[in-house]
Amino acid sequence: MRKFWKNSNGRLKAGLIITFIFLVIGFIVYLFPHEDPFSKNTYPTKLLPNMEHWLGTTSMGQDVLWLLIEAIHNSLFIGLIVATIGTVVGVFVGLLAGFAGGVLDRVLTVITDTFIVIPSLPILILMTSLMKGSSTVIMMALVLALFAWPWPSRQIRAMSLSLKERGFIDTAWFSGEGTIQVIITEILPFALTWSLSNFMNATLSAIASESSLAVLGLSPGNLVSLGNMINWAMERNAVMAGLWHWIIPPIAATVLLFIGLFLLITGYNDYLTMRRGK
Amino acid sequence: MKFRKFLGLRLLTWALTILIGVTFVFFIPRMFPSDPVESMIGQIQSRSGQMDPAQMEAMRAQLRVQFGLDGSLIEQYGSFLWNGLLHFDFGPSLMSFPTPAGEIIATYLPYTLILCLTSTFLAWLIGNLIGLRAGFQKNKRSSKIMESVAICIYPIPYFIVALVLQIVFAFVLGWFPLITTINQSGGTWEFLSSLLWASILPAISLLLIGTGWWIISMKSLSSSTAEEDFVMFARLRGLPEKSISNRYVLRNSIIPQITALGMSLGGVFGGSIMTEIMFGYPGVGMLIQKAIMASDYNMILGCITISIVAISTATLIVDLINPFIDPRIRYS
Repeated sequence: MRKFWKNSNGRLKAGLIITFIFLVIGFIVYLFPHEDPFSKNTYPTKLLPNMEHWLGTTSMGQDVLWLLIEAIHNSLFIGLIVATIGTVVGVFVGLLAGFAGGVLDRVLTVITDTFIVIPSLPILILMTSLMKGSSTVIMMALVLALFAWPWPSRQIRAMSLSLKERGFIDTAWFSGEGTIQVIITEILPFALTWSLSNFMNATLSAIASESSLAVLGLSPGNLVSLGNMINWAMERNAVMAGLWHWIIPPIAATVLLFIGLFLLITGYNDYLTMRRGK
Repeated sequence: MKFRKFLGLRLLTWALTILIGVTFVFFIPRMFPSDPVESMIGQIQSRSGQMDPAQMEAMRAQLRVQFGLDGSLIEQYGSFLWNGLLHFDFGPSLMSFPTPAGEIIATYLPYTLILCLTSTFLAWLIGNLIGLRAGFQKNKRSSKIMESVAICIYPIPYFIVALVLQIVFAFVLGWFPLITTINQSGGTWEFLSSLLWASILPAISLLLIGTGWWIISMKSLSSSTAEEDFVMFARLRGLPEKSISNRYVLRNSIIPQITALGMSLGGVFGGSIMTEIMFGYPGVGMLIQKAIMASDYNMILGCITISIVAISTATLIVDLINPFIDPRIRYS
């Protein structure tokens, strides 16, 4: 661990620190006992930041700080679920296509390419608006996951195609390992380092998609996410009323979270190339 | 001969991709319980009170034909492929019945194209120029600053950039109107100036996000090209830095960027949705949102079909011309 820290570059360090802070806020601070931030009129309305409410309250009497913490929790949660589904499905499909070859490979490749080409935002808008009113967090995550698997699938397929030709894979075949054995012990270790970077990328883009949809008013209405929080503040005219303590925190948190994740991804990729000795 | 085989296979994938994408878009709305004909009849009833049941039945049947919702699912699919995909005839729009959806899309399309194509090109140009400098002289202080700025702007979700620009320039400073209006009744000059005025903020937002990406990618491309042997030989031959940068590094690192430009030109429809909705700019993106809100299926299908065709065609063209701009690539 210490060696990893010493070898890692500035971007990776900064990204790790920022992401770690967000994870702590979203999954540990979140557990501290507090009033449900979503329920209205818990506190006096439109309070400016003070000792009791560090970020003040909304025009509906909600505590902005706890609303923000819950929003960070939910946004991260959605991002992680989508990234998990997308990466697992993508790696599976990619390995299958790369190793099966022939007709199955052709079919899977065309389907994968189609999903890469289809513009995801219009379809997401279409699906979420059709589900409006009845959508839940899980439904939202599943819809977003629909567009999270094709990219890793294409990359993993390309990777397994080139790995298949290498000498050590032949050695494994000749020593009597089955296809599944070869995939698990020989290919997966290569795929995993790449998948980790893809996983972070998928988390980032899932959070971005969810919050974009939320700003259009298409995310589940009872879901406290970063995008919804911004949407509510805009809908209730927080800007016109000059309630900056309500609109700036979610915007600032979103910006920081994205920069943190992006630094983590690029830093990690640089770290990998450096370790490969380039 | 090799080229012909490559072309044939590539065209086949192109057609298949469009077909699968469009099929997907065709079946999604039909999997959900809401029915556009019933909702339209509901609208008419609420406007004009009760109607004669026999008359209503006739109207319902008539509307089903108009919306391509008569017959079995397979028949509907067949007629959608024939009329919609091959003739770009998507039937009447529900929002502004009975104008054909295709006609409405055609009036909104130029606005999107003007805004998005201009800003995509500009972002590409500016980003690559800065990226080239930052990558070629990567130890300079200014290069490092430019790169850090790009890294801080690029990952921010687009809507945040749009929102912040709007809050700062339209609300706090009041330089631009909060609601976009385009003067279509006045003369050509009024129309053009109001269009330009309405496009400034959206264009800046697209430029900010776009340029960031081109800087980052060009920087990494050109800094790895700058370490190649031929660049060192050029230095040893005593060529001036400027011509090394323009003739050696730029030429070798611009090719993937041209490919990427083609891809992003194909994607302007998808990308324009957020811009147009956030700024109230009257283009195809806003049309898609309006259509979805009014469950105007023909319009939704039309917009998304066009955008799928556009992006797959852009990828096709890029793949086909790539070997001409980069002799290292062979058709395979």
